[in-house]
Amino acid sequence: MTDMTMAKPNMAEPTRRDILYVATAAVGVVGVAAVIWPLIDQMNPDLSTLALSKTEIDLKPIAPGQNIVVKWQGKPVFVRNRPPKMVAEVRAVPLSQLIDPETDQARVKVANWLIVVGVCTHLGCTPNVGGDYDGWLCPCHGSQYDASGRVRHGPAPLNLLVPTYEFKTPTSVVVG
Amino acid sequence: MSGPSTYVPKSAIGKWFEQRLPIGGLIHSSFVVFPNPRNLNYFWTFGAILAFMLVAQIATGVTLAMHYIPDARFAFNSVEHIMRDVNYGWLLRYLHSNGATMFFLAVYIHMLRGLYYGSYKAPREVLWILGVIIFLLMMATAFMGYVLPWGQMSFWGATVITNLFSAIPLVGNYITTWLWGGFSVGDPTLNRFFALHYLLPFMIAGVVVLHIWALHVPGSNNPAGVEPKTSKDTLPFHPYFTIKDTFAVVCFAIFFAWFVFFVPNYFGHADNYNPANPLVTPQEIVPEWYFLPYYAILRSTPNILFIPAKLAGVLAMFGSIAVFAFLPWLDTSKVRSGSYRPVFRVFFWAFVLCGIGLGYLGSQPVTEGTILAGRILLLCYFAFFLIVLPLLGLLETPLQVPASIADAVLGSHGSSTMLKGASAEPSVKG
Amino acid sequence: MKMRMKATAVRAFAATLLAGALLVGVGGIGARAEGLNSEGYLIPQRQDWSFAGVFGHYDRAQLQRGFKVFHDVCSQCHAAKHLTFRELSEPGGPEFTLAQVKALAATYKIEDGPNDSGDMFKRPGKPSDPWPWNFANDEAAKSALGAVPPDMSLLAKARTVQYGFPYFLAEGLPFFEDEEQGPDYIYALIKDGYRNPPKGFKVPSGLYYNAVIQGSGHLIRMPSPLAMIFDNNGKPNNPKFYTDGTPVTPDQVARDVSAFLMWAAEPKLEERKRMGFNVLVFLGVFASLLYFVKKKIWAGVHDISPSA
Repeated sequence: MTDMTMAKPNMAEPTRRDILYVATAAVGVVGVAAVIWPLIDQMNPDLSTLALSKTEIDLKPIAPGQNIVVKWQGKPVFVRNRPPKMVAEVRAVPLSQLIDPETDQARVKVANWLIVVGVCTHLGCTPNVGGDYDGWLCPCHGSQYDASGRVRHGPAPLNLLVPTYEFKTPTSVVVG
Repeated sequence: MSGPSTYVPKSAIGKWFEQRLPIGGLIHSSFVVFPNPRNLNYFWTFGAILAFMLVAQIATGVTLAMHYIPDARFAFNSVEHIMRDVNYGWLLRYLHSNGATMFFLAVYIHMLRGLYYGSYKAPREVLWILGVIIFLLMMATAFMGYVLPWGQMSFWGATVITNLFSAIPLVGNYITTWLWGGFSVGDPTLNRFFALHYLLPFMIAGVVVLHIWALHVPGSNNPAGVEPKTSKDTLPFHPYFTIKDTFAVVCFAIFFAWFVFFVPNYFGHADNYNPANPLVTPQEIVPEWYFLPYYAILRSTPNILFIPAKLAGVLAMFGSIAVFAFLPWLDTSKVRSGSYRPVFRVFFWAFVLCGIGLGYLGSQPVTEGTILAGRILLLCYFAFFLIVLPLLGLLETPLQVPASIADAVLGSHGSSTMLKGASAEPSVKG
Repeated sequence: MKMRMKATAVRAFAATLLAGALLVGVGGIGARAEGLNSEGYLIPQRQDWSFAGVFGHYDRAQLQRGFKVFHDVCSQCHAAKHLTFRELSEPGGPEFTLAQVKALAATYKIEDGPNDSGDMFKRPGKPSDPWPWNFANDEAAKSALGAVPPDMSLLAKARTVQYGFPYFLAEGLPFFEDEEQGPDYIYALIKDGYRNPPKGFKVPSGLYYNAVIQGSGHLIRMPSPLAMIFDNNGKPNNPKFYTDGTPVTPDQVARDVSAFLMWAAEPKLEERKRMGFNVLVFLGVFASLLYFVKKKIWAGVHDISPSA
């Protein structure tokens, strides 16, 4: 009598009693899971946060060669107006020299506008303008990025992330 | 919690661990083989229901605290943010606010069960007093929790209740100022109430551990009020009482869910959906239903001798709860269970009606009539503890108490011939 | 056995008392006659709302009409600061399209800033913005209107009808839920509350007589909002006020705006009731299973002989 609640589902011939116990236990497990989910999901971004997940950037005031930093989803986004010479230079770099091989063409929608998330792919610091590659230098562990936001010097493993964005007009872009 | 355990883990890892921390043995002796009287009725499942409610309140409370802002400017808005934007935020908040009501409903049933069946009598006095402490901590927690949404009722409830302390002679005003952290209920008050509202449930959990510990020393009381004598009188906790408690908890959860999902504001007050306004007092200030009897006592108490009504009301209100702690010594009857005390039973139900009556008066606007009725019921309330219970034990002739739990069980199944055969204890009197 | 019978009798008596109180409550809610109570207040009647009951849900078209009333009339004076534009397009509400909501939001000028030169500036509204108010703050509203109009985003939950003892006992029961008492109150206040004061009742200038409003001695500062849509004979100033062809009557307008305010105060009501039904079914099944498990485990316990 004392060992009754623990049913053995792998028994050769389950009795009706065992089926009742297994069914009850299964329903109980489903119930507990259903109770736990809201307690977990409440930590996910809420509706007001999701509603702010797009940022519009006015490109007009950014002169050729200038960088600006815009906040998007709480993170910095680097926007750089690249002069033609800079574009030509980064596009001339052979892919074999890159840690994370990717062409510049694949990373921009309009040649002169570079838009990348300013979060170092190593451990999440924000890189400063600088370094040996006409791009950014991370102050935390010395990772360096070029004018296409591609990592050129470790320890960062990946290129700076390109957010999803859309040109609403030639001088206005919506990130997110 | 019931002496050395014979528990031996099956696996080698289990044995290794058990030698170093015998928690398996503790659980095994307390919640698996622990002998419980076999005649417990469903009123004895409210302990498990209360444990469930404490866990539910802590789980929803901790998650709500992740979104709530304890600042007078943002508190109301942050609650509305929880209700509208946070994933399942409305569910967590309605669970938490209705959970407080369910917690008190269950605790009142639990307490009245203890009162009816004499569960406070020797050797369970400490168990009972720990329960009274838990009840006081619950009241403090619930009161401070109700302040947090910073609606009109929150603000004015906090104002009225903290002003109680100003009734204390000489130092009263200093104490209220100290409680407020200012010269009225305000931002510092809200912030400290939030901190304490987060702290107290864990103190409750600690006292609950002591409460269960103290329970497992003598074991549960039972409807017959006679201690188990042989192993025939008891059943192991698992599976008999684990399944019974689980069933009861789920039934209680159905009741709980009805309010959360279909009438979530039934126990609330519409005025608390208006943001706190220190310049406008609502038409009537009504506490949550579970405080209404005490609120009525507070309002009804007159001047007593040289004690002004304001102080007397505060003393009567706190006294009405403190008196529970003295029950083991106020009740002089040797018979434990109300089932065998016909006169006590009448007074018990009169006391319950008295409590409900005080609750009703607490919800009504103050008039001459409610004050008078409140005073009568207030007298009845204290008379029950201070006059009826001490005298009843001396004057009442109890019914014959069954010799053992097994007898009581079979008696309840209508086989009276069995009772005749059982050795009857001498009827207890005086 | 005598005491057992007595205990049963006491229990039966208590149950009868409780049931009686509930019955009176239930009957009372159904049978309350229309009319003024002893103090001259008009007690709001229970209305049929689509969102009442276990399967309650909002009527989208009604919420859209109610929104029009709110937009054209109420929001001229009242704030609704917890309501955001985006909620108008979220599921379980009026469910305007996102494009409609964006266009609507863009018609408002929202203060934002500071910009790079440190100045605040105005920009078109976005769906994430809260509903803007025509007044900069409470004081501005008070100086223009004589009082601060209550915020409307929670109004339907912040107002109620108090039927008192013993009716309130029934209000937690299925079919008698109290959740619709806020809209009942608002509907009655705007549709039936404005009437001629009794003989000898002095209405100070700037105030109006209302038979429903509580706690202010029948006086209200808000002029009849329906008077902005209807003439003195109850004819709409603009018969095409509703674009969906619904007849424009005082009853319809009061009903629609009350329903809209209920949604504004409780936007998750549909999700809540839907989930609640599932939870009750689940718990019912679980409890039944547990009942049979409990019965099986306890089978054979009661017939053990006491003195073997």
